[in-house]
Amino acid sequence: MTVELESTYLGMTLRNPLVVAANPLGRDVEMLKRLEAAGAAAVVLPSLFEEQIEHEAYEVHNVMEYGAETYAEHASGFLPEMQEYNTGPQRYLDLVGAAREALDVPVIGSLNGASPGGWTEYARMIQDAGADALELNIYFVAADLDETGAEVEGRYLRLVQQVRSAISIPLAVKIGPYFSSIGHFARLLVDVGADGLVLFNRFNQPDIDLETLDVLPKVRLTDSDSGRLTLRWIAILRGRIEASLAATTGVHTSDDVLKLLLSGADVTMMASALLKHGPVRLTTVLDGVRAWLEEHDYASVEQMKGSLSQQYSPDPAAFERANYMDALVSYSMPRV
Amino acid sequence: MDRPIVTVDGNESAAYVAHKLSEVIAIYPITPSSPMGEHADAWSNAGTRNVWGGSPTVVEMQSEGGAAGACHGAIQGGALTTTFTASQGLLLMLPNMYKIAGELSAGVIHVAARTVATHALSIFGDHSDVMGARQTGFALLASSSVQEAQDMAAIAHAATLKSRIPFLHFFDGFRTSHEVAKIERVTEDDLRAMIDAEDVAAHRRRALDPEHPVLRGTAQNPDVFFQAREACNPYYEAVPGIVQDAMDRFAGLVGRQYRLFDYHGAPDAERVVVLMGSGVGAATEAVDRLVAEGEKVGMLVVRLYRPFAADAFLSALPETTEALAVLDRTKEPGATGEPLYQDVLTAVAEAGADGTLPLQTLPRIVGGRYGLSSKEFTPAMVKAVLDEVDAETPKRHFTVGIVDDVSHLSLEFDPEWTAEPEDVVRALFFGLGSDGTVGANKNSVKIIGEHTDLHAQGYFVYDSKKSGAMTVSHLRFGPNPITSSYLIDRAGFVACHQFGLLEKVDVLGRARRGGIFLLNSPYPADEVWDRLPAEVQRQIVDKELRFLVVDGYSVAREAGLGGRINTVLQTCFFGLADVIPVDEAIDAIKESIRKSYGKRGETVLQRNFAAVDAALDALHEVTVPETVTSELHRRPPVPEHVPDFVERVTARIIAGEGDLLPVSALPVDGTFPTATARYEKRSIAMEIPIWDPEICIDCARCALVCPHAAIRIRYNTPDELADAPESYLTREPKGRDFSDMLLTVQVAPDDCTGCGVCVQVCPAKSKEMVKHKAINMEPKDEHLEVERERYEYFLSRPEVDRTTVNTVSVKGSQSLLPLFEYSGACSGCGETPYVKLMSQLFGDRTVIANATGCSSIYGGNLPTTPYTVTPEGRGPAWSNSLFEDNAEFGLGIRLAADARGEAARALLERMATDVGAELVEAILNADQSDEAGIAEQRARVAAAEERLEALGTPEAAEMLALTDALLRKSVWIVGGDGWAYDIGFGGLDHVLASGRDVNVLVLDTEVYSNTGGQASKATPRAAVAKFASGGKPTGKKDLGQIAMAYGNVYVAQVAMGANMTQVVKAFAEAESWPGPSIIIAYSPCIAHGIDMTNQMDQQKLAVQSGYWELYRFDPRLAVTEEHPFKLDSRPPSTPFKEFAMKEARFAMLAKANPQRSEELMEAAQEDITERRRLYEQLAGLERGLPGEDVTV
Repeated sequence: MTVELESTYLGMTLRNPLVVAANPLGRDVEMLKRLEAAGAAAVVLPSLFEEQIEHEAYEVHNVMEYGAETYAEHASGFLPEMQEYNTGPQRYLDLVGAAREALDVPVIGSLNGASPGGWTEYARMIQDAGADALELNIYFVAADLDETGAEVEGRYLRLVQQVRSAISIPLAVKIGPYFSSIGHFARLLVDVGADGLVLFNRFNQPDIDLETLDVLPKVRLTDSDSGRLTLRWIAILRGRIEASLAATTGVHTSDDVLKLLLSGADVTMMASALLKHGPVRLTTVLDGVRAWLEEHDYASVEQMKGSLSQQYSPDPAAFERANYMDALVSYSMPRV
Repeated sequence: MDRPIVTVDGNESAAYVAHKLSEVIAIYPITPSSPMGEHADAWSNAGTRNVWGGSPTVVEMQSEGGAAGACHGAIQGGALTTTFTASQGLLLMLPNMYKIAGELSAGVIHVAARTVATHALSIFGDHSDVMGARQTGFALLASSSVQEAQDMAAIAHAATLKSRIPFLHFFDGFRTSHEVAKIERVTEDDLRAMIDAEDVAAHRRRALDPEHPVLRGTAQNPDVFFQAREACNPYYEAVPGIVQDAMDRFAGLVGRQYRLFDYHGAPDAERVVVLMGSGVGAATEAVDRLVAEGEKVGMLVVRLYRPFAADAFLSALPETTEALAVLDRTKEPGATGEPLYQDVLTAVAEAGADGTLPLQTLPRIVGGRYGLSSKEFTPAMVKAVLDEVDAETPKRHFTVGIVDDVSHLSLEFDPEWTAEPEDVVRALFFGLGSDGTVGANKNSVKIIGEHTDLHAQGYFVYDSKKSGAMTVSHLRFGPNPITSSYLIDRAGFVACHQFGLLEKVDVLGRARRGGIFLLNSPYPADEVWDRLPAEVQRQIVDKELRFLVVDGYSVAREAGLGGRINTVLQTCFFGLADVIPVDEAIDAIKESIRKSYGKRGETVLQRNFAAVDAALDALHEVTVPETVTSELHRRPPVPEHVPDFVERVTARIIAGEGDLLPVSALPVDGTFPTATARYEKRSIAMEIPIWDPEICIDCARCALVCPHAAIRIRYNTPDELADAPESYLTREPKGRDFSDMLLTVQVAPDDCTGCGVCVQVCPAKSKEMVKHKAINMEPKDEHLEVERERYEYFLSRPEVDRTTVNTVSVKGSQSLLPLFEYSGACSGCGETPYVKLMSQLFGDRTVIANATGCSSIYGGNLPTTPYTVTPEGRGPAWSNSLFEDNAEFGLGIRLAADARGEAARALLERMATDVGAELVEAILNADQSDEAGIAEQRARVAAAEERLEALGTPEAAEMLALTDALLRKSVWIVGGDGWAYDIGFGGLDHVLASGRDVNVLVLDTEVYSNTGGQASKATPRAAVAKFASGGKPTGKKDLGQIAMAYGNVYVAQVAMGANMTQVVKAFAEAESWPGPSIIIAYSPCIAHGIDMTNQMDQQKLAVQSGYWELYRFDPRLAVTEEHPFKLDSRPPSTPFKEFAMKEARFAMLAKANPQRSEELMEAAQEDITERRRLYEQLAGLERGLPGEDVTV
């Protein structure tokens, strides 16, 4: 008996629950084709960063004007005027179009905006470029001590609402875990139009170089352990909100995928594992998932999806326990 | 036919035609002609085609001599060929020009006519260069305006093909080449119709080709050379007719009729001024006013100057002409008159003698010089000239525009007399180079030129500093074509885009009564009055100016434009000037922004649009009080108590009054005192570094890297500081050196440019607050007074005793007095720290030969020089010969020092008995290899001088003139990569091969920095530069390897930001090696597209990536049979890409053409790997130095 691996995500039927998360490999269409061939059921392209686009355009402008008209002998500036600067979103939109053209699986665009107008405008552009769905990659580091949590959440919600009204393709929202009440907030996001939630965004955290005392952004790839926070919230949200759930962060092995599916994820998204091991990792993980399902007599992914969510778990409290409590209970109070 | 109306400058105007009518363009950058080549290159790169459908090949050569050679070859190869040049560049072309003309070859050289360097270099305009080419056999065709620069270019290209005589088409550098004006552009059809296909075919048929071989360029003997030389005469005789035909054909097509000589003025004129070039504009206005006033005067414009068509000249004059005043924009010392004068005289005299003169009388002829180096030439001067010919005994040879109180040749003129049409709107804008004022004004000229029926003109004046430089824009608009080829004297609109300029410059001196004054002010309308200097208030009140303010910086910041205030001020100008209805103007401004910046991205447009939209709301009228209330005053140009020359001359130049200096005020031979930059207190920094002694670790890096010698360290004994003001800071030094002394790190608050490089390299960080370093950039205003007091005291303290210092260390070298200070180089310049280090180590015994380029400009452009002296009065003696000959020039200085030394030693030896045998022997055998030895020799020489004075014999007097030569001299040959790698390479190679004791410092910015960023052979692969806008496909020349090949040349490659100790060592080793030495110094430049504040970090990265290897090749080690090549940098630890992508010169290509960039970056990485492999092998090589005992 063959196991049915299909899963539904954002209303799209995917051939399996393995999706490529936004990551640098996705900048290259050839690589995207290899990822598809290795088993990816959909790809999320790397994010279009509005801020970066604007910054780059302005930097080009600055550089071209720098030193110009300052002195009689170099009135025209120092760098030659180029035919094209490719500063706008076009290169990204071309990637969306090329990916859509080259792949059979759904192509999901990803957007990080900076201004309200920017979010909606770029969202529309990504839709028009051919994306099957859009993932909003929202984050604000709420470093302003005068801004309340409610205000921060309000900004997220307004944004989702605006983008939702600007496009017609399915809309997923990728958020970080730093909200006081993630469940409540998740529901609000769905209420304003999110078709799916992607849990969780992992931010680069700063690091310190002890020799130079410089503060550096440090990119660190995840491992399987990183995914357990996701697992908790997927399990808690499963069945409680009307939206697809994607698990991202810490998806490295078939075991990781299976656990997240059991908790209730519709799809699992991989990035670090692919960066470490290449596209072949998808095949390995998929084989592992298939094997486990067969071994454990599951007929389909749909069948097992969410079967161990908080609602369906024999020990719902386990998802709410903090770790040290768990340890305490496990070790100091054996049941009698 | 409707032809496009465009607003362009003279260079673009001429280059447009040249590009359309050429197949091969070989060029070399030289101001002010460089933009012609840059335009041609850019058009060809963009695929713009010539009228025959091909895209001209533009090739940058190593010098103008090379460009001329390539042009000669291309012409011989049958291509339609052109080039662009000026000044020394044209002179370098002369040998080829004789050949090209001698071979009757069609081709055109477009020249933005520029002063040839004599007693001084000047980048500005006159005819001394083209006059130096009049004997080559080229035809010379002059344009006098931006429109004509296009029209005559077309006529030149047509006439050269028809006549087979090569043409030199010229127009005045800057005044025409850089004036922006509204012109009618000829179409491709016009140009096609100008050229006869048969002429092109004939040109091509003359090509050297093995299918129909010929021999050209023979050597000839006395038997035939002469006759053969005369064989070309009929061709020259035909030229005037051919040119007139071309002019007529042009008139038939386009409507503008030109003649070989164009007369303008009263038909019955008695007095006629003859001239060519941009002065024609001013002369036209003067003649028009005088004729309107009933005077019988006129003007004859010379267009075809060579061959000089005497008949056409004479017949163009009204037959009533009684007197001719011939004006030459050149000087030919010793001649009976300047060239045009002589031609006119000959033409009149010959016709007079023959009885064919078509005039009623034999006219009186006088000749005068005007306008050298773009000296202003105004209608008032033309009037003075026309008045002079009317005088009873006019000066037969005069000058006009200056006050000559030496030879008394100058004519007086009335500066109040004006002939400028009343219907012209005149506006003046004062800004800084960095704020975009000039760019916006160029746009305004375009907007008015292209959106209205008005004619428009823009001309831009820059000062000679590269940091904090002021620009003044002169804009005119009017219903008729604008002929005023001179600066605005009375402006109805004056804008000052920088508040700080009010206390430095007389901004309102040229404001017209009742005019408008727009000020970019950080203070609101109700506060600004009290912030104005009294002199400004006085003029506002007296001239009844309407006064408005806008806080341009706030508006720009709000719009996300940082410090670029140009669009804000531009919008305010249109809001006030009433040239175009405001709404229309705003639309037009936006359109022009879209046109200028559209390619750079929507963000750039939106931010500029936002600034435009917010500008008028931020504009506020100031209620002007009736009286002057301010106690603030304009700063004097120099402080009190300065040397006499500085007071009389330098200060006037700094104050912008150089035009008023009479001839007697100036040195006769171009010799100026050094140590003058210290008097030019520019105070341009907003933030300056402030020292915190608590944290300082006494490393001296800040002082080493400072491009302006504006942060210094000093060690003094506590006794020397006994009278220190309370505010004066010191600390005990960290190391063992200077252990009984106190350290001070001090900023020169008025000389610092605020680049922040010192703070960036400071390694000492507070333990409590990491961002707080031992020096920190802080707002200048908060510290100015205290720091001035500290610095004054700092300067008054005794210098360290050089003989006790270990100078071959960062700290030791920085304890020495810099003899290069406060230069006008760009803020954060990457070159000047090396020059300054050299001055500290050897400045008191150095003669510098400086190649033309940035270093000669910040080193020797008036008003002041950064080269300075020790308290004893010793310091670098400096000179600039040319661009191409600097190594040879420096060698000559070495040879002279050696020759003088030889003569001194011989004479001293002969005088041993008189002077004292012991002293003489000590002098002759002195070891001057270190500071102590030099100091001792100075003492001995002083003792000898004392005895010689006492002797008082003629022999003693002879010896006294030679005693200086007994002291060791260090000769430094300094220049950039354009000189060392390209134009001066042949000479440099020869000098390195000479074995002589010279030190070459190559300030390698990897691009022609001074002329605006053109590629040189030092430009690396994958970088973009002008003439390499698609990314330079070939690798950088390895100059060090070439030098090393000689074996006896000391060679070092250094990068200050990467290894400071290695830099100091390399300088010391180079100087101490008694043969030739060369140091190739990595010098970041704003042309790299980096933030100069970070230049030292970027140097570090350049070395870490292997992009710039550090090494020293010391022939002394070859003598001892060791490994003479020391590879000082570690194996690359960072990919090239990581370094490169931080520089716009590489990153821009990655954006513009990612695929090409990827290919080139890969090749550049391979360059690095391969070079490292080679260097590592070299480091293992043993090498000897044969013949080291043979002396040169």
